[in-house]
Amino acid sequence: MRAFIGVIGLYLVVALALPLGLMLGKSLQGSKDEFVGLANYVRYFSTPALFQSIGNSLWVSILSTAITVPSAFAYAYALTRTRMPLRGLFKTIALVPILVPSLLPGLALVYLFGNQGLIKGLLLGHSIYGPIGIVMAEVFTTFPHALLIILAALALADARLYEAAVALRASPARIFWTVTLPGARYGLISATFVVFTTVITDFGAPKVIGGQYNVLATDVYKQVIGQQNFQMGAVVSVILLMPAIFAFLVDRAVRRRQVALLSARAVVYEPTPKRVLDLAMLAYCTLIGMAILSIVAVSQFAALVKFFPYNLTLTWAHYDFDTKGGGGWASYYNSIRLAFLTAMVGTVIVFVGAYLVEKTRGFALGRALFHFLAMLPMAVPGLVLGLAYIFFFNAPANPLNVLYRTMTILVVNTVVHFYTVGHLTALTALRQMDPEFETVSASLKQPFYRTFWRVTVPVCLPSTLDIAIYMFVNAMTTVSGVVFIYGPRTELASISVLNMDDTGEIASAAAMAMMIFYTNTAARGLHLLLARWLEHRTQAWRRR
Amino acid sequence: MGKALRREVGAQEIAAAPYLRIQRLTKRFGAFTALDDLSLEIAEGEFVCFLGPSGCGKTTLLRTIAGLDVQTSGRIEQGGRDISALPATKRDFGIVFQSYALFPNLTVTRNVAYGLDNTRARRADVVKRVHELLDMMGLVEHAAKYPAQLSGGQQQRVALARALATSPGLLLLDEPLSALDAKVRVYLRHEIKQLQRRLGVTTIMVTHDQEEALTMADRIVVMNHGAIEQIGTPLEIYRAPASPFVADFIGVMNFVAGTVARDRAVRVGRTELACEVDGFAPGTPVTLAIRPEDILVHDARGGEGNVVRVRVDALAFLGSFFRADLVGDAMDGVLLRADLPVDLVRRRSIAEKSELSALLPPERIRIYPGDTIHR
Repeated sequence: MRAFIGVIGLYLVVALALPLGLMLGKSLQGSKDEFVGLANYVRYFSTPALFQSIGNSLWVSILSTAITVPSAFAYAYALTRTRMPLRGLFKTIALVPILVPSLLPGLALVYLFGNQGLIKGLLLGHSIYGPIGIVMAEVFTTFPHALLIILAALALADARLYEAAVALRASPARIFWTVTLPGARYGLISATFVVFTTVITDFGAPKVIGGQYNVLATDVYKQVIGQQNFQMGAVVSVILLMPAIFAFLVDRAVRRRQVALLSARAVVYEPTPKRVLDLAMLAYCTLIGMAILSIVAVSQFAALVKFFPYNLTLTWAHYDFDTKGGGGWASYYNSIRLAFLTAMVGTVIVFVGAYLVEKTRGFALGRALFHFLAMLPMAVPGLVLGLAYIFFFNAPANPLNVLYRTMTILVVNTVVHFYTVGHLTALTALRQMDPEFETVSASLKQPFYRTFWRVTVPVCLPSTLDIAIYMFVNAMTTVSGVVFIYGPRTELASISVLNMDDTGEIASAAAMAMMIFYTNTAARGLHLLLARWLEHRTQAWRRR
Repeated sequence: MGKALRREVGAQEIAAAPYLRIQRLTKRFGAFTALDDLSLEIAEGEFVCFLGPSGCGKTTLLRTIAGLDVQTSGRIEQGGRDISALPATKRDFGIVFQSYALFPNLTVTRNVAYGLDNTRARRADVVKRVHELLDMMGLVEHAAKYPAQLSGGQQQRVALARALATSPGLLLLDEPLSALDAKVRVYLRHEIKQLQRRLGVTTIMVTHDQEEALTMADRIVVMNHGAIEQIGTPLEIYRAPASPFVADFIGVMNFVAGTVARDRAVRVGRTELACEVDGFAPGTPVTLAIRPEDILVHDARGGEGNVVRVRVDALAFLGSFFRADLVGDAMDGVLLRADLPVDLVRRRSIAEKSELSALLPPERIRIYPGDTIHR
């Protein structure tokens, strides 16, 4: 048992703790690896061109959060608390941004609002390149994440509270302020921090549409790729870690308090039709849904015509990736390989790890440490993790450096990058199982692995599928985690989007981004079918 | 009578070597002592209940016997073998939990067969054994169902069948009935007891329900604060509770503060009551205890042996009897609860504010040291 925890723990140490530790060390070293104390930090804060990015990053993050969270709340309210028609469709549409790389909204915004944009006039002379474009792209990207969290919070409604409020003759407005909003407050706080963290660590949107507006994430990239100044890259990374870790800690504290909120005897709230409210919400959701769909539609349309919006002749030319600046079609197949491997390997590692943390007894210190390592990736931006990998795996003294720039390292990195959400999903599933299963098995003299295989895995199968699809989709779309560690033979689709955008082949970049979207949509569809089939085949026991 | 019975059981214990012997068992969780230097012997084939309020250590004791919790110190012997250091998988027991812990994705048959599958038994033997168990439990028609498709009582019986499948020497039941509704619970109490008698398997059941313990157990171990308060047959525990805690925990008990007046008499207010004083010296403050059903309505006018004049302060109808709150001036206004037969209340037209004479039979009064009334 301890050996198992040790093996997976060792994975997290090598793939996460050691690289991060090394990076912290690098930020204290000079260009010849000599120890220079805080000299790099002093230089950073005495260079206005650098530390201005902190203000820029905070500004776009706060602005994006202030827009995303209230609009996602209204959308979630419409989905859960009204009888608005087409709720299922609207939920599906709102989740579309999860399936695309964060570079895609930037590309679409260029087509819509760029120098030759279709509806450039709407910006009243302001440029899309800069904070306006970044915020618009980030709102698109973070909307579904905020929505899912708030949906979960609103789903916890206890009908008895509403009945009590109505019996006490409270007005609808008063009920909203005294019951609905307080009930969702932890969800709102959690969504706020998730959005803020995602925006401040995101690299794709500011890279594509940030123009001369520097933020922390693009600074790391410029220092490392542009100037080869790894020490300064490490410094910016450490600074980028701060808000992410802070937000992460607050979020954890908030989530812990949410558990006590729902009592087992709560009665599920069923909304009643309210004509005016339902219609108003339908109008609102249509507006948001159209905005989301138009971003995707513009990207696809632009990828299919000669020169959007001037020459609308249909052409496949932009799909001829092999003649463009990126990694060609090979990068697309690499992405699928990476996504598939990450889903397979990651799901097994994550699930077994969560099982060991949750279901074994004794060895408390080891389990606590393991849990901490499993939670850490949530707070580590992809770029920071990637840079840490350069320091760790590219070091000549490290025997693991044979992995550098291989598919293996990309899988290792991506599994760690998206470890936490999978870990939490697995823990939730495992905690729903009777804690006495292991005890009963022991009394029946069965080894633990037999119960794991015959009971735990089958019961948790739907959750493991969820973990797998989550890993797959994110491996397809991620840029930040892998941008520093891909090699000439392991270029990925998302990286190709980035590189083709860099070389001005925006239509091809959009075409490739849409390939990622279609692949993820197909994977989701497959996941749905597989889940249905499995439920039919192996989950018969769930039916009464 | 109680004492005589206790002596008899004691003699039996010495005659047969105990199947389970627990010696000076202590279990600490950090600073909290869950089991405090506890010793206990259980004979083969006995049905023993651990009874006590939540947090008294009864579940910890059960888990320690199973090897699920490891004792801080002390020794456990089962069938003459020292099992103190053995892990749960090496011990010989079957267990049923409050939640049943049935594997939800396995059918009733597969649940019951779970412990048999990897023994060297032949497949045909396993099938036969499972059928035998399902037949015994009246579950044959449910064999292919999943746990979620069964009622609570049926799930309980599947859990029992699974625990008994490997023919363990010791059956452990951790509050097995508390998740069921009252009617099913009463029925299953009887069922389990019958089954246990038939199989003769040594059984330990943890419960906080005194009625369950009184109806099912051969012997009850009453626990409080990690220690044993009393061990005895249900009748002994009820008739002769060894401490005010046991007296109060099992059934309903009136407690009255008094002082030993002389040999075989205790003074309460202005009244002197005859009773066994258990060797306490005159002048010692004591607590008298008497059960509501032991207080009788008497014809005399009071003043004679153990008869006091009381007023009915409140009268509650509880179906098969009336519970009366009796207050007597002669006893300093102490409140006594008495259970009066329905027939008697009707015959004498007893109502609130009625005056009557109550007899407190000397042999029914028990005395505990101290004048603090246990509450």
